[in-house]
Amino acid sequence: MAEQNNRRRGAQRLEPKAKVAVKRSASATSGRKPRQATALRYDSDNHWQTAKTAFSRLLTTPAATLMTVAVLAIALALPGVLYSGLKNVQQVAASWEGDPRIALYMELSVDDQQADSLSRELLLRDDLAAVELISRADGLAEFRALSGFGDVLEYLGQNPIPAVITVQPALMSNDELIELQQQLEMEPGVAEAQLDMAWVQRLNSALEVAKRVVVMLGILLATAVLLVIGNTVRVSIESRREEILIAKLVGATDSWVRRPFLYTGAWYGFLGGLCGWGLIQLALMLIDTPVRELAGLYQNSFSLLGLGLVDTTLLICFSLFLGLIGAWVAVSRYLRSIEPQ
Amino acid sequence: MIRFDNVSKCYETGHEALTNVSFALDDGEMAFLTGHSGAGKSTLMKLIMLMERPTRGQVFVGEQNLAGLDRQQIPYHRRRIGVVFQNHQLLFDRTVFDNVTLPLMICGFSPRDAGRRARAALDKVGLLSKEKMNPIALSTGEQQRVGIARAIVHKPQVLLADEPTGNLDPQLSEEIMRLFLEFNRHGTTVLIASHDMGLIQRMRVRMLSLKQGRLAADG
Ligand SMILES: Nc1ncnc2c1ncn2[C@@H]1O[C@H](COP(=O)(O)OP(=O)(O)O)[C@@H](O)[C@H]1O
Ligand SMILES: [Mg+2]
Repeated sequence: MAEQNNRRRGAQRLEPKAKVAVKRSASATSGRKPRQATALRYDSDNHWQTAKTAFSRLLTTPAATLMTVAVLAIALALPGVLYSGLKNVQQVAASWEGDPRIALYMELSVDDQQADSLSRELLLRDDLAAVELISRADGLAEFRALSGFGDVLEYLGQNPIPAVITVQPALMSNDELIELQQQLEMEPGVAEAQLDMAWVQRLNSALEVAKRVVVMLGILLATAVLLVIGNTVRVSIESRREEILIAKLVGATDSWVRRPFLYTGAWYGFLGGLCGWGLIQLALMLIDTPVRELAGLYQNSFSLLGLGLVDTTLLICFSLFLGLIGAWVAVSRYLRSIEPQ
Repeated sequence: MIRFDNVSKCYETGHEALTNVSFALDDGEMAFLTGHSGAGKSTLMKLIMLMERPTRGQVFVGEQNLAGLDRQQIPYHRRRIGVVFQNHQLLFDRTVFDNVTLPLMICGFSPRDAGRRARAALDKVGLLSKEKMNPIALSTGEQQRVGIARAIVHKPQVLLADEPTGNLDPQLSEEIMRLFLEFNRHGTTVLIASHDMGLIQRMRVRMLSLKQGRLAADG
């Protein structure tokens, strides 16, 4: 209380001549030019407001924003296109993989009747879904028709084509298929049992390699997206350096400083993801017609798969997430750099 | 309210800016901090703001030992303090009004509430009519008063001013000092760094004098 009185007395001792109107000096205002064009109200506590402000900040530099978004879109679209291409090939491969066949080439000594009785026997087996016999006569006729070497066969005098039984196994695993093939090879009269699956396996392992390449490329380009967004946010932090320093001095928390930049990063991620999706759809549309024609040649009713709702959502969420991370890292680094010691 | 216990501050350069400084400023007290340029006035202010940490000794603000505050607590500590800088440090990309509401937005006031308080603060420094202007269009004295409005808008317990009249003519300086006295009369603890001895002596307020980082006089 005594303290308070002291102060009061001190204040009263102030001379009245201090009551002077503040003169406005014109010279003080002529130095710098106000940057009214870029003036934006600072971000309030309200998240939606902050998001809108961050968006309108992006719009103040439309060319730079567009360029960044384009880079992000391309970086996201490249693995995206490869991924959907892979998905389509897998879809085709899966439809073939469904019915592997085993071709049983009979000994030449086995005549059509013996082959026929073997095929009837095989029909009774539970692990075979279908059995088809191509008799020696049929085989010869087919060969004659397809090869045009009919006359040569006339001179041979004897039919060189063995009977072939094609079996379609019931659904089973690869190991079981190989076991079945070996079993069938043991059947009397069978010269060779050929599992018509080797190429499917080759395709599958090729797809596996392709998948890894796409994943690797995806990781590399995701890192690029992260770096591009991080760097873009860093530039926008630099341009608001003064504001951040003042905000920190009047008691802004790190998260308060961080928030608008997180929205900036999220916007970049979102817009990049959206445009990336657009690029992917465009690329698929462009290759759709040639693919259809190609499929038509193989009498295959094949239709190109787009990204689909789930993959689209994933793509956009992922790139938004990358934007958040990139911005987070950029702001955190900056905040640490302005911290004393 | 503010207490220094044998505080020394040595910068990384090896320069000892403060040596064994001890003093206490009571709640609601006002004092001037004087000393030649480079005496350590700004350093002392920075220690109170936790912009720097003391090398030795302890600083207390309102019974809180600042050594006990970690990074996350610093913002909340700073919200109890209002600061006026030597070079006003206003943002020229927004209006006077938006400059003054900044601390309130940071503290999480609603825009309506913040607006009301900012206008009250601007009224106190006599600049209510200029709230919509860009601070660049104001005179130096007016800019300094905007800085003061921003420092007091959230009703801090402590008001620090580092050379607030540094580049103002004597009349404007006195006007500014009167404002500080006014705030002090309403119960705010005020510490003002200044080397304007003529002005300070007329004020007859407690004076802490620094000389090469040591407290040379108190009274
Ligand atoms: N960040 C810093 N790093 C190194 N030395 C500093 C730093 N800040 C101030 N100093 C030195 O500390 C001394 C006191 O500085 P300061 O507190 O700014 O004095 P004043 O405000 O009284 O003029 C000066 O010699 C100055 O050069
Ligand atoms: Mg100084």
